[in-house]
Amino acid sequence: MRSGPRYAAAVAALALLVSLPLWVGNTYYINVASQILLFAVFALALNVLVGYAGLVSLGHAGLFAIAGYSGALLLQAGYGHLVANSAALIITLAASAIFAALALRSTGIGFLMITLALGQIVWGVAYRWASLTNGDNGVNVTTRPAPFGISLANAPSFYFATLVVFLVALASMAVFVRSPFGASVRGTRDQALRMNALGYNVWLIRFLAITFSGFWAGVSGLLFVYYNQFVSPQVSALTASAEVLLMVIAGGTATLFGPIAGAAIVVIMKNVVSAYVERWNLVLGVIFVVIISFMPEGLVPGTVRLVRWAWQTIRARPAATDAQPIEERRP
Amino acid sequence: MTALAVNALCKSFGGLQVTANVNLAVEPGERRLIIGPNGAGKTTLFNLITGEIAPDAGSILLFGQDITRVAHHRRPHLGMARTYQIITLFGNDTILRNVTLALLGLSPLRWSLFKDLDHQHELVGRAREALARVGLDGIADRPLAQTSYGERRRVEIAMALAQDPKVLLLDEPFAGLSIDERREVRQLLNAIPREVTVIMIEHNMDVALDWAERITLLHFGEVIVEGTRAEVVANPRTREVYLGH
Repeated sequence: MRSGPRYAAAVAALALLVSLPLWVGNTYYINVASQILLFAVFALALNVLVGYAGLVSLGHAGLFAIAGYSGALLLQAGYGHLVANSAALIITLAASAIFAALALRSTGIGFLMITLALGQIVWGVAYRWASLTNGDNGVNVTTRPAPFGISLANAPSFYFATLVVFLVALASMAVFVRSPFGASVRGTRDQALRMNALGYNVWLIRFLAITFSGFWAGVSGLLFVYYNQFVSPQVSALTASAEVLLMVIAGGTATLFGPIAGAAIVVIMKNVVSAYVERWNLVLGVIFVVIISFMPEGLVPGTVRLVRWAWQTIRARPAATDAQPIEERRP
Repeated sequence: MTALAVNALCKSFGGLQVTANVNLAVEPGERRLIIGPNGAGKTTLFNLITGEIAPDAGSILLFGQDITRVAHHRRPHLGMARTYQIITLFGNDTILRNVTLALLGLSPLRWSLFKDLDHQHELVGRAREALARVGLDGIADRPLAQTSYGERRRVEIAMALAQDPKVLLLDEPFAGLSIDERREVRQLLNAIPREVTVIMIEHNMDVALDWAERITLLHFGEVIVEGTRAEVVANPRTREVYLGH
């Protein structure tokens, strides 16, 4: 990270993000940026499973919703923000553990189907258990927290709070990827049987990866509830799980920045393009088809590959020698 | 004390009994060869010993300790390592990372979240040493995708040896190798210290005959013949089952 151009790019990106409310100006677009960041946290969380653990979940909106509903209901019951958020995250961790214990009876399609069913159960509870969740009407959250006395009521301050959480999430992912535990998780993705034979407890490694992922899904769920100041069964729907999975796949699985790019595409389509194109879903679909056709590895690794290829072609032209094949490896 | 004892081990897949009342007693430091035609249940026996699958009946003892119910992933910690007949490596990683993962599997470090694996110099250093033992230290940083089949066989063996096992199970380490590569692997096996008990499966009887001290012949999941090299070769049932005349 500290080497030349990469370091410069990171500093530039950070400067752009920090100064965003200044150069964007318009409250609407600042809110869109907040949404991108909070969904990026959600996509990063799912990427731990889909990208690094090789476990495709279609029930992650369930965990997102459990955190959101727990937080909203505790706030409504009169608890403070700190208590409500802490309790919501503990509940989400417990729910992730239950999800993991049930879904890890299988991998591959089996895992996907069990997580899908669990997500639908959460949706069913949110929608039908009206005495608890207020059903279709959802739960209102009247106030946003004011950490260190700074009110998050307006768009720029909420954006900065979301940015801080996003950066912590991104840093935790970077630490995870480089760590021995991260290597253990990737090992269970690539050769599960061999990992057991080498002395790794594959089940426990996967279990911990799911709870790690569930934690950050919960954090993003809480951000979402504070952003909208409202939560409804819609957040736990299958389409919400599918959407975040598309973010991860379109952006590039098992990369740090892929899920962020994926979140940006989906949120911009939903909020900005939908204002101009009524059938924005169609545009989103076309974009996905194009990405999958030309960059099956995802937008971020695909762009890196194209840029390297272009660079090498330009450099190789005068000499026309030693053009080396480009090795794209997943980290 | 017997290094590895297998008592009355049975395993069926549906109606097919692939391990039928198998008894084995391998002494410490012994070189044991398990031979048998295709479908004799050799690899299944290894899978039972390493805990990849659970037996229907019988027991497995490692240095006197009953490990029949010990989880698959705990057995390497008790000193058991294996290689696979079908090469089973981490294809997205370098040779060095493959061996590092083998070492990490036995280290408490594998649960660590707040360390950088590339900076675990002690671990990575040991991985390089293990690669030096199999003559691959020169290409340690090469991605596995750019290695030959013979090199991958040696990576398999390096991973098992890196774990410093007491009992080493080799599943057809010569399969698919050229004559030169066989000679290299053979030298590797000869260099394994005598403290290590080695059990090798081989389909082709000639390849490792002179390596073995005792030989067990499996056929349809049963032990047909067992004894020293000379005894097994001389036994008429060996000829009947194995050589087909």
